[in-house]
Amino acid sequence: MSGPFVRKSILPGFSLSLGFTIFYLSLIVLIPLSMLFLKTASLGFKEFLEVIMEPRTLAAYRLSFGTAFVSAGINAVFGFIVAWVLVRYSFPGKRIVDALVDFPLALPTAVAGIALTELYTPTGWVGQFLQSWGIKGAFSPFGITIALTFIGLPFVVRTIQPVLEDLDPQIEEAAASLGANRWQTLTGVIFPIIFPALLAGVTLALARAIGEYGSVIFIAGNMPMKTEIAPLLIMTKLEQYDYTGATAIAVGMLLISFLLLATANFFQWLTSKNLGKT
Amino acid sequence: MGARTEPKIIQYLLIFLALAFFSLFIVLPLVCVFHNALAKGWSIYLTTLQDKDAISAMKLTMITALVAVPLNLVFGVVASWAIAKFDFRGKNFLLTLIDLPLSVSPVIAGLIFILLFGAQGLLGPWLMAHNIKIVFAMPAVILVTIFVTFPIVARELIPIMKSQGNEEEEAAITLGASGWKTFWLVSVPNIRWGILYGIILCNARAMGEFGAVSVVSGHIRGLTNTLPLHVEILYNEYQSVAAFAAASILALLAIFTLIAKSIVETVIVRKSI
Amino acid sequence: MKKSWLMGCITILIFGLAFILPASAQNATQNIPQTKITLLNVSYDPTRELYQAFNKAFADNWLTKTGNTVEINQSHGGSGKQARAVIDGLEADVVTLALAYDIDSIANLTDLIPKDWQKRLLHNSAPYTSTIVFLVRKGNPKNIKDWDDLAKHGVSVITPNPKTSGGARWNYLAAWGYALKKFGNEENKVKEFVSEIYKNVPVLDSGARGSTTTFVERKIGDVLIAWENEAYLVVNQLGKGEYEIVMPSMSILAEPSVALVDKNVDRHGTREVAKAYLEYLYSEAGQEIAAKNYYRPRLESVMAKYASKFQKVELITIDEVFGGWANAQKTHFADKGTFDQIYQVK
Repeated sequence: MSGPFVRKSILPGFSLSLGFTIFYLSLIVLIPLSMLFLKTASLGFKEFLEVIMEPRTLAAYRLSFGTAFVSAGINAVFGFIVAWVLVRYSFPGKRIVDALVDFPLALPTAVAGIALTELYTPTGWVGQFLQSWGIKGAFSPFGITIALTFIGLPFVVRTIQPVLEDLDPQIEEAAASLGANRWQTLTGVIFPIIFPALLAGVTLALARAIGEYGSVIFIAGNMPMKTEIAPLLIMTKLEQYDYTGATAIAVGMLLISFLLLATANFFQWLTSKNLGKT
Repeated sequence: MGARTEPKIIQYLLIFLALAFFSLFIVLPLVCVFHNALAKGWSIYLTTLQDKDAISAMKLTMITALVAVPLNLVFGVVASWAIAKFDFRGKNFLLTLIDLPLSVSPVIAGLIFILLFGAQGLLGPWLMAHNIKIVFAMPAVILVTIFVTFPIVARELIPIMKSQGNEEEEAAITLGASGWKTFWLVSVPNIRWGILYGIILCNARAMGEFGAVSVVSGHIRGLTNTLPLHVEILYNEYQSVAAFAAASILALLAIFTLIAKSIVETVIVRKSI
Repeated sequence: MKKSWLMGCITILIFGLAFILPASAQNATQNIPQTKITLLNVSYDPTRELYQAFNKAFADNWLTKTGNTVEINQSHGGSGKQARAVIDGLEADVVTLALAYDIDSIANLTDLIPKDWQKRLLHNSAPYTSTIVFLVRKGNPKNIKDWDDLAKHGVSVITPNPKTSGGARWNYLAAWGYALKKFGNEENKVKEFVSEIYKNVPVLDSGARGSTTTFVERKIGDVLIAWENEAYLVVNQLGKGEYEIVMPSMSILAEPSVALVDKNVDRHGTREVAKAYLEYLYSEAGQEIAAKNYYRPRLESVMAKYASKFQKVELITIDEVFGGWANAQKTHFADKGTFDQIYQVK
């Protein structure tokens, strides 16, 4: 880590571009975000913990992180299948499917919210089937998971896809010629290569799902303790003029998210290191 | 051949699974939007779109995107120049900071600007005294939009610039071109499709942001309502058709985004071959 | 080809930046009084239809009286949320919220409104009143007649979240008031009763409008506890013949309050027109519009004319039973109040 701050280069504009980058970053992101910690600091650690440990806050955290995890899990499985099918097989309409994978990213979340709610209410197209099987579609954690799955899908597919495309065919052929069957090749050879990308994609989906607001509030039903997600609780606290409470919950959320991201990064670093060794 | 394929039956099964999941999660909501928008016929659909408040919402949405996207574009290009072309300490940390807005909940994004500029916030009293309106007016809507779309262009450009290396620029400089000239004539043309790609993605998110804008907009009809907020308001007024009509505009926008994106992608692929 | 692409990008950039100037310029001019005056009325959820009609009537009246055009902008949302927005700097000229407590909050947390605002206009600054009724589906299949039926097992009740919705607080207090009378002030039984009702609530929306949507569009729930005006709106406009209104044996006198936001009108130079706007609510014409939108008018003459619209019912008031809004808020809706206790017991 020692040595000069920047390696010498004959290209100009380093200080200008870095200076502008840091200036703009501070102006738009860092200064506003620091407000969050400034406000929480006025609360004191004990009060901060009190807000965070309130049963209602805990329930909201549990719900937000729980549904985000489940939806990320669903996306890990189906995102992998979608990416695999898109890379390996050909079928009619493949190009359209490929383009539409990004639809959840391009569609405003509010629109996704009302459309999904419309579909999963007991009178909706999907909801009525669920109803007859005794499953509550909208206004339940199930509905929240649906919305989060919708939001997260492109992250998983788009991070796995390029890795699958770049996969060297010789690796699989070598495995097969050594007598591995298809399943063994898949689990023993392909999967370990894909895994870091899969993890990265799932982490992105997870990070997005934890904070998601627009698509969820319509479908959640917003029952305290039951279907009230953490971002909504922040909103609710704000509406009760409880700024410190709102910021405390926000800070708690950020801390947990960062912890998750850091863990994921660590695992990614670990697997890529192991992969490099073998 | 056999080494890289599965039995046909498994192939079909997987394709079926993927398509089923896909239709359930992507196609169905899309169909639902247009189905509900056109539930009472074309003429009603068109009249709801000509509503005064709907038009002003569309205008505000466009203005927001027109301000936010270019600013983030400039930032994206400059930041990727600094990060991709130079090696310096703390680069990874800087990258993490740039990605920060992606992992911050939109609600929190709105909240921080209230804490900063709101009447009870840090700068609120000063702004009030000088009669500058930020929160619950257009500036705040634009600011939070810039915040949530902040990393998008940079994230697209940094990997592209990195993969291209510094050789071309270094050659131009050694041949006597000025730095500015090198940037415009060598670097920018090399990343132009990446720039376009970034603009498309950034624009889609800028026009569609809901949570963050909802916190700072004040929901004044015809003044500070963006199109996504207008959708919510109509939805709450039991004007289901009008809500979905406005939503369908945004869905169309999303579809155009995807089309533009795949065109750009095809060009990039063709160029790289 | 390369050049044209570059020019394209630059054009977009300049075009975008060019928007910042007019955008900020527009904000600067907004504050200068002109012959065309704009007012901002920050209101709560179910008053959309009322103020749509009222704003038009007032603008016409103001034009004939003074020759000036006035344009009234509306902002609607949950009452608490709207008050929060005003506190945070939403520059409302007048606020017309669901309950006095929310305007009190503005007065307490800022110096926008003097603390004695409620005395400035007649009838506690509430130009119209309303009450809480039940809306049930056609034929009343669950046979819901009174508050007791809402606490029964197997009845699904729709009401918004009292933490964020003004209407929901009236609903909650009406139920509480009924239970107080029924159990003769035995606190535990009262809490138990109200808790039974809230156990029957499958969706707790953040505003009154959200709840109505849940009940009407999503067909969830057997009974909606709603503002009288909201219930009539549903019966008359949304589902003719599909819903019925049930008046419980006892309800609460809801007084949605209005106030001038002094600091803002002085800054905008709109005090005169904003004052006239609120006073027009008390005029015969204003009262008629309120009555037509199913708000109970204060003016006897108008009330007599529309008497058939409003069922007579025993109404408790917040001051008599709960000792005013500040008290009610503290005991019931503040953090760790009775509502939290009900919800956090599993």
